[in-house]
Amino acid sequence: MKIDASKPLEYSTEENSNKIFGFWVFLGAEIPLFATLFTVYFVMVNRFASGPSGKELFEIGPVLMETFLLLTSSFTIGLAIHAMRHGYKKAMMFFMGITLLMGLGFIGIEIDEFFTYVHEGATLQTSGFLSSLFVLLGTHGAHVSFGFLWGAGIMIQLWRQGITPATANKAFIFSLFWHFLDVVWIFIFSFVYLKGMM
Amino acid sequence: MDLDKFKVHGEPLIYGAMVSIALATIGILVGLTYFKKWGYLWREWLTTVDHKKIGVMYILAALLMLFRGGVDAIMMRLQTAAPEMKFLDAQHYNEVFTTHGLIMILFMAMPFIIGLMNVIIPLQIGARDVAFPRLNAVSFWLFFMGAMLLNISFVIGGSPDAGWSAYFPLASLEFSPTVGNNYYSLALQISGIGTLITGVNFIVTILKMRAPGMTLMKMPMFTWSVLITNVIIVFAFPVLTVALALMMFDRLFGSQFFTMANGGMDMLWANLFWVWGHPEVYIVILPAFGIYSEIIATFSKKNLYGYTSMVFSMVIISLLSFLVWAHHFYTMGQGVMVNSFFSITTMAIAVPTGVKIFNWLFTLRKGRITFTTPMLYTLAFIPIFTIGGVTGVMLAMASADYQYHNTMFLVAHFHYVLIPGAVFAVIAGFHYWFPKVFGFRLNERLGKHAFWWIIISFNVTFFPLFFLGLMGMTRRMYTYSEESGFGPLNMLSFVGAVGLAIGFVILVYNIYWSTRYMPRDTTSDPWDGRTLEWATPSPIPAYNFAVVPNVKTRDAFWAAKQDNVPLFEDKITKIHLPNNTGKPFILGVIFFFLGFFLVFSMWIPAIVAGVGVIIMLAAMSFDRDHGFYVPAEEVIATEKKLRGETV
Repeated sequence: MKIDASKPLEYSTEENSNKIFGFWVFLGAEIPLFATLFTVYFVMVNRFASGPSGKELFEIGPVLMETFLLLTSSFTIGLAIHAMRHGYKKAMMFFMGITLLMGLGFIGIEIDEFFTYVHEGATLQTSGFLSSLFVLLGTHGAHVSFGFLWGAGIMIQLWRQGITPATANKAFIFSLFWHFLDVVWIFIFSFVYLKGMM
Repeated sequence: MDLDKFKVHGEPLIYGAMVSIALATIGILVGLTYFKKWGYLWREWLTTVDHKKIGVMYILAALLMLFRGGVDAIMMRLQTAAPEMKFLDAQHYNEVFTTHGLIMILFMAMPFIIGLMNVIIPLQIGARDVAFPRLNAVSFWLFFMGAMLLNISFVIGGSPDAGWSAYFPLASLEFSPTVGNNYYSLALQISGIGTLITGVNFIVTILKMRAPGMTLMKMPMFTWSVLITNVIIVFAFPVLTVALALMMFDRLFGSQFFTMANGGMDMLWANLFWVWGHPEVYIVILPAFGIYSEIIATFSKKNLYGYTSMVFSMVIISLLSFLVWAHHFYTMGQGVMVNSFFSITTMAIAVPTGVKIFNWLFTLRKGRITFTTPMLYTLAFIPIFTIGGVTGVMLAMASADYQYHNTMFLVAHFHYVLIPGAVFAVIAGFHYWFPKVFGFRLNERLGKHAFWWIIISFNVTFFPLFFLGLMGMTRRMYTYSEESGFGPLNMLSFVGAVGLAIGFVILVYNIYWSTRYMPRDTTSDPWDGRTLEWATPSPIPAYNFAVVPNVKTRDAFWAAKQDNVPLFEDKITKIHLPNNTGKPFILGVIFFFLGFFLVFSMWIPAIVAGVGVIIMLAAMSFDRDHGFYVPAEEVIATEKKLRGETV
């Protein structure tokens, strides 16, 4: 495997730069995926049937907490990649760990939120609105959960192998994924929660 | 647990199918054991990451599915051959036309095209492999397991029965209470993920791994068509992913997306399905255009006329393909303005398509044409596809469509587009590239026999359906009265279907015959080809090119032969290749079981399988496989041997 020292480690082989480009293409596919889910949500947003509306359900407190956790974790994964570029393995592992813990916090709050909704009688089966809400939030949440497992796997490899072209590549791609989830969340925060509470 | 759910009742035909599936399975298992081929199968095929072998497996699976979809087709034509037929009952007929459509589009046409793409694209761009070989194996096994999941539905639990478009509320639990549509959502989901991965893989392969000097506008036309197709895949398939997931939630978990009450909206399904479904049509047809362009140029001994306009017409078709989906439901009450918009965008697609037809005709003009089997299919495609296109414009007019909607006219139209546009193309491509992969040609005489059977029977089968449609015969009705007068034309159509079947049998026999008796080809360039795939020896060594070619013009291999432009200028060095791996296959098997357990709402096994999927993904991530090197001496020896020189 030829290593090009003039490039950052994560781009340093042909395979690595192909993987990063491939992941961008994959994120290109994630855009229509979430765009479709948002479209379904907007079609369904006023179809409450006999169930509660968003205005009755949404609470700003937990949602702000989720937003804070996810946005901050996007910053810390950036710090992790910054540490990686300087070859600081420990700092990189530290920031990745913080990122994943915040992701876990986010998932915890979301699960609690779902339990609250169900407890209030707002289930997946209640109305078109709630079906689309649960599936949109759930898909994003499933991405974060998957990201947690993925990131943990990369941390184990980093811990064992150190910062190599392979692990640096994986961590960088993971950071792209994590930032993307952040962007999706900003849309959910604005157009689902804030708009729903108006 | 209720074992009754697994049983399919009361159909002698299905019992017969069960017995034959069981016998075939036992036969295969016994045969593999007797000939001691388990190890060979595992080492050479199930674990392979070689794009050529994966392509061959795709094509084999597609041929199998062609047989299955073809049996469905014959059963349908037989059931409607005469008034008041009692061959199939209404429910069974519903299942047969649903699976015929699903299998032919998603498990025959697409994998056949993806198979050709897998074999040829890296060769055409002068690459040693696809960008992500192991991911390529994952794609194949997900497709294959999805296909198998759909195929077991008719013997375990019951097939989907709401049409290939599965319109709600018909496909909902209320109106379609068997597990059939659960199979639909899960089988398509699993193979769809595989297709999406293929899309990503080939975009990267084509954009990043071309041989030095091959700029975008020097790429062969097939490569261009595949690039555009994969861009459509990447943008269209996520919509299907969402639609199928919502369908699954509605059917398995009681959500309210497509219900008629509780805030659901059945038209949402129709929109989501066709936002994917219409681009899907172009996913199968654009690569076909690419195949025809290669064949016409090769067998006319001319450069493709209007290369640039060819590329632009494909780009325009790909953009328009996303703007026409509502023409599938003009009559479902969406208002005049919406219908007008979609009517105009739909008709607009005829313009770039017409540009391509004229380009092919001008390529033929003053060419030195040889009438080989692939060329015959190509020449037959042009007029037949044009009939399909013209009737398509007729259907595109919203007001007129109120007359044709859901009649046999529509059925005739899309068979006139899709069979020449996809099936003839893959058959032509199959004949054309067969010697590249296996090192010998298919028999031309048998090939031409099959061609005439297929072409004539195709028209006998589908042309009557235009008239039946105009007479008012709706599609998907399983029988009709004698007074309707539909009988004679339906009988004619059935006769044509039998002829088509004979044609395909000859085609398969040709493969068998040629494998045994055709002389082996030593030139590696049997058609006097133009593009880089013909520059490798046949059969192709694992590393494709001993030396990466330097491309200076379009049709680089032709230029190398005609004008002595040097193609291979570098020295042979050691070549890096990936190792085989069984993980993609195992992942596919686990996905199969995950899908099966979800179909029958067996939650605990489903969760176990879901955990299995995550474990396999982790195992693939933790795998530290750096592949291996083929030493330069070995490359030189292989090259000499394949080129027929003595070592």
